[in-house]
Amino acid sequence: MKLWKRLMCICRRRSPWLFHLNAGSCNGCDIELVAALSPRYDVEQLGARLEGSPRHADILCITGPVTKNSVHAIETVYGQVFAPKAVVAIGSCPATTNVFIDSRTLDGPLARHIPVDVYVPGCPPRPDAIIQGVVHAAVILAERGKDLPPMPQSESAPQEVQP
Amino acid sequence: MNLATALARLLLFPGVLFAVPVAWFFLWVERKAVARMQGRIGPPFMQPFFDFIKLLGKETPERAGIAGTLMKLWPVVAVAAAAGAVGLLPVLPASGGFEGDLILLLALMEVPSMCIIAAGFSSRSIFAEIGSVREAVLSVAYNVVFVLAILSIAAAQNTFRLEALAQRPAPLLEWFAIAAILGCLPAKLHLNPFSLPNAEQEIYSGPMTEYAGAELALWELAHGLEWVAGTGLVAALIAPHLASGAVAILLFVALCCAIVVLLSALAAATARLAIDTTVRFYWRCTLIFAVVAVSSMLFLRGRS
Ligand code: SF4
Repeated sequence: MKLWKRLMCICRRRSPWLFHLNAGSCNGCDIELVAALSPRYDVEQLGARLEGSPRHADILCITGPVTKNSVHAIETVYGQVFAPKAVVAIGSCPATTNVFIDSRTLDGPLARHIPVDVYVPGCPPRPDAIIQGVVHAAVILAERGKDLPPMPQSESAPQEVQP
Repeated sequence: MNLATALARLLLFPGVLFAVPVAWFFLWVERKAVARMQGRIGPPFMQPFFDFIKLLGKETPERAGIAGTLMKLWPVVAVAAAAGAVGLLPVLPASGGFEGDLILLLALMEVPSMCIIAAGFSSRSIFAEIGSVREAVLSVAYNVVFVLAILSIAAAQNTFRLEALAQRPAPLLEWFAIAAILGCLPAKLHLNPFSLPNAEQEIYSGPMTEYAGAELALWELAHGLEWVAGTGLVAALIAPHLASGAVAILLFVALCCAIVVLLSALAAATARLAIDTTVRFYWRCTLIFAVVAVSSMLFLRGRS
């Protein structure tokens, strides 16, 4: 039993499948994420690959400052990824809403809606940073197993983030 | 072939026990070959195994009703059929087999693609349904050529027994038929340029969109076993048995591997075609090969 658990831990760490979700990003981070998946950076060495369906994914990569329109989509897609799962917030936008702060079309930052495991700061972050974030998330996911972090309560979450 | 040997062939050799590691190996070879061709390093050797175990450890969705039960059933049927197809391959010389096993092999190789179609429709996802329709159209397109090519070989050699076919080297005219079969394999295995049904990103994951966890692991395994069955069939037709025992197995796997690399090179070098272009390709171009194959076989038979 213990052996099986260790094997499972290794396999989870070595095979993170990604799903990319755009929550109103300016497209800068998306381009960097795609660059990170391109042959030049070769994430397949780490076992990562981009999946078409959130059902197949382990790691949810979210870019953008979370517009009001995208909140529902984020919650749905987060629910569609099966445990064990982890969330990587790519760019400064999901972490702090970045330059879009105080916009009336936003409902960010991301941590108000779903638990975030890894932040990759930068505007946009470099592909190497994104890959490091994914690797870090894979380790977190492998250690955490099937139990999930608690969903953020809307009152306790930070209402406003000072840049 | 009595029940005991049949079970041994299905479960031990060349069935499940032998075929599953080989299937993982071929999946790795395919990904590695594509990676090397793109100037990358590619996945580690154990990657398909890691993926499989990880998927087993993921949660599987609760599904209600008959559609839910069917959705659970399809991947199991697909794996069973693909394993059965591999079990019929004449890997070792004088390994038994029976008159007509070629027909059974063809039927079993067709079952996974039927399961994919059915799975897409029972999942009721719009993307899965689009993928299933594409798979159905594709299988109508390539199967005519595939079956014609196999029939021509069987007619020329006057037997439907795989072992008898595997013992003789392919005569020159048979290469038309083998070329036609090789032309159908990318469509059967959903590789570029015929990766329409599971067109990644374009229609999410096609028929697999709603699958997760252990069920998805079974689909991956079925795909790997299809690789073994498809390349194994071509390998059995191309090369006669030269050695026996472990050497024969190694030669067989090496030949299959060469075919895998060939198909991966094609997949890496091409982009996905649209459905109408694909169907036109099969009905116009490869059909010529199949017709030439059948007529040359009839010619051969008439002469002898
Ligand atoms: S972090 Fe910068 S590059 Fe990324 S989405 Fe926000 S504004 Fe665009």
